[in-house]
Amino acid sequence: MKLSLGPIQYFWEREHVLDFYQQAADSAADIIYLGEVICSKRRLVKFEDWLAIGNELKQSGKEVILSSLTLLEAASEMSSLKKLCANDAFMVEANDISAVQLLSSAGKSFVTGPSFNIYNGRSLKLLAQKGLKRWVLPVELGLDTLRDLQEVRPEGLETEVFALGRLPLAYSARCYTARSHNLPKDDCQFKCLDYPDGRILETQEKQEFLVLNGIQTQSALTHQVLEQVPELASLGVDVLRISPQHRGTMQILDIFYKSINNNDIEDLFEDLLLLIPHGVCNGYLIEKAGMEYGTRQTA
Amino acid sequence: MELVCPAGNLPSLKAAVDNGADSVYIGFKDDTNARHFAGLNFTDRTFEKAVSYAQDKGRKIFVAINTYPQPKGFERWQKAVDQAAEYGVNALILADMGVMDYASERWPDLNLHLSVQASVTSAEGIRFYHENFGIRRVVLPRVLSVSQVAHVITESPVPVEVFGFGSLCVMVEGRCLLSSYATGRSPNTYGACSPASHVRWEETGDGTNTRLNGVLIDHYGEGEKAGYPTLCKGRFQVGENTFYALEEPTSLNTLSILPKLWEIGVSAIKVEGRQRSPAYVGHVTAVMRAAIDECMKNPGSYRPKDRWMQKLATVSEGSQTTLGAYHRPWQ
Repeated sequence: MKLSLGPIQYFWEREHVLDFYQQAADSAADIIYLGEVICSKRRLVKFEDWLAIGNELKQSGKEVILSSLTLLEAASEMSSLKKLCANDAFMVEANDISAVQLLSSAGKSFVTGPSFNIYNGRSLKLLAQKGLKRWVLPVELGLDTLRDLQEVRPEGLETEVFALGRLPLAYSARCYTARSHNLPKDDCQFKCLDYPDGRILETQEKQEFLVLNGIQTQSALTHQVLEQVPELASLGVDVLRISPQHRGTMQILDIFYKSINNNDIEDLFEDLLLLIPHGVCNGYLIEKAGMEYGTRQTA
Repeated sequence: MELVCPAGNLPSLKAAVDNGADSVYIGFKDDTNARHFAGLNFTDRTFEKAVSYAQDKGRKIFVAINTYPQPKGFERWQKAVDQAAEYGVNALILADMGVMDYASERWPDLNLHLSVQASVTSAEGIRFYHENFGIRRVVLPRVLSVSQVAHVITESPVPVEVFGFGSLCVMVEGRCLLSSYATGRSPNTYGACSPASHVRWEETGDGTNTRLNGVLIDHYGEGEKAGYPTLCKGRFQVGENTFYALEEPTSLNTLSILPKLWEIGVSAIKVEGRQRSPAYVGHVTAVMRAAIDECMKNPGSYRPKDRWMQKLATVSEGSQTTLGAYHRPWQ
């Protein structure tokens, strides 16, 4: 199995982004997804910058993919998407059907991201005919469905699993980070910059429940599949995705690298927990509520 | 503009037809549709009655088959498509690409509408479904402003339907997993959001707690009316503040912008609420019918009547209404 580094979900200072990818160049990641996937107002790193970062990573031996915006609303966002899909340097991760249409009608191969709905073999087959080369299992699906889909997946199609990160749960027209500061979206003052791992939302009992990340809502718990790595390998999963967090991402990549290479998972799990901001879950993968954490008998 | 109304059972369907709906959308009694609630929806027998009641009066029946089947159980969705087609319904409202592929291949002459659950917000996205499956209408998610809807309409290869009234999804439909994160069941996988099976109402010393699979969604003080714990409409704490961090319990109401929707070329207005009572369906249909007729007769002088607004307020969540994402400041 290969390891991928997913696109940064948060809004980070430009220097932090550049530094992050310098580290990523020497990391255990084989594939690196680049680009802004949440909010088109986040422009500290521009399209040309992403291309430059991509070229450097490519020279370091990484496979580079450019990720598209997940929720498209404004005409300007469509223009940016068209520019992204027209690029000849890198393959694109489509996070919305608009990107699939643009790429497939241009005869280009593509990847679909974790918030793109592929729930059955018929959809998988259809998209493979349209140029799908790799797909990420939607995060709410578990091992049983993954097994069924692996059995019917078209020849040559790669399967990627969201292996670690706060779960992308929802997208809205509304910006919740701005709202949490009583600001309108149009005058958000880039409050997301203050929350490099998103802003915690707690229940009235202080349970850390969700994370606000601009227009995206994430889980407060970090979804991780470390204990299921052997099973995912046996199911023929090709890529495990690590979603960037503010601190410790490269160490997390190392931990997963070791897990793939048959190191003791119990020890690695202890190491992993030290790097996680607010606890872990894995419920989706074991066919339960996403926020739960548990083990599962290997079938 | 066509008026498309919901029905979760025969009395609701009759209420919709009798009060002036042009079309009524319904679903089967299983997880093939996004209102998979106990005691709701149509069996074979009631389905047949529904189709003839509406069609005998010259109205149309649309069938929502708008959840996402996984490999196990895919036949259920195929069967739903086949049954609806055999009953001679006027259109299917589909979300999943696999189901759409099946329907367009097996029933090439049947009208296919792209459900809001397909989460498509651009003309490029609509084109994908039009070119591959020949869809004839799209229902847009409740995340676009009026000017964004207008832009989609100018470029869309098919007519556009938008939501005009009812409970408001604050997240883009079809890509919201909040419910399955908390309960294991989502609109996509199970056809329900914040399912009743996981809801608990709990009396406390100082009021009522509402929980979803144990997670506290809201706390209501003495005398405060407790609402259903829909996950995105609870009061949570962010920083120092406890508030409706995602959305207030409120309903979408577009009466005030109907002429605008007409002017930009909206083809159909949809009312949400297959899970609601026949009385709700009747009241809302009657008001929307009157408003659309008035708007199309005199778009220049149209104003929503107080009595319409009052009527709709009585059946709205938390008795409040909003223009939602149509109105930029809401965002």
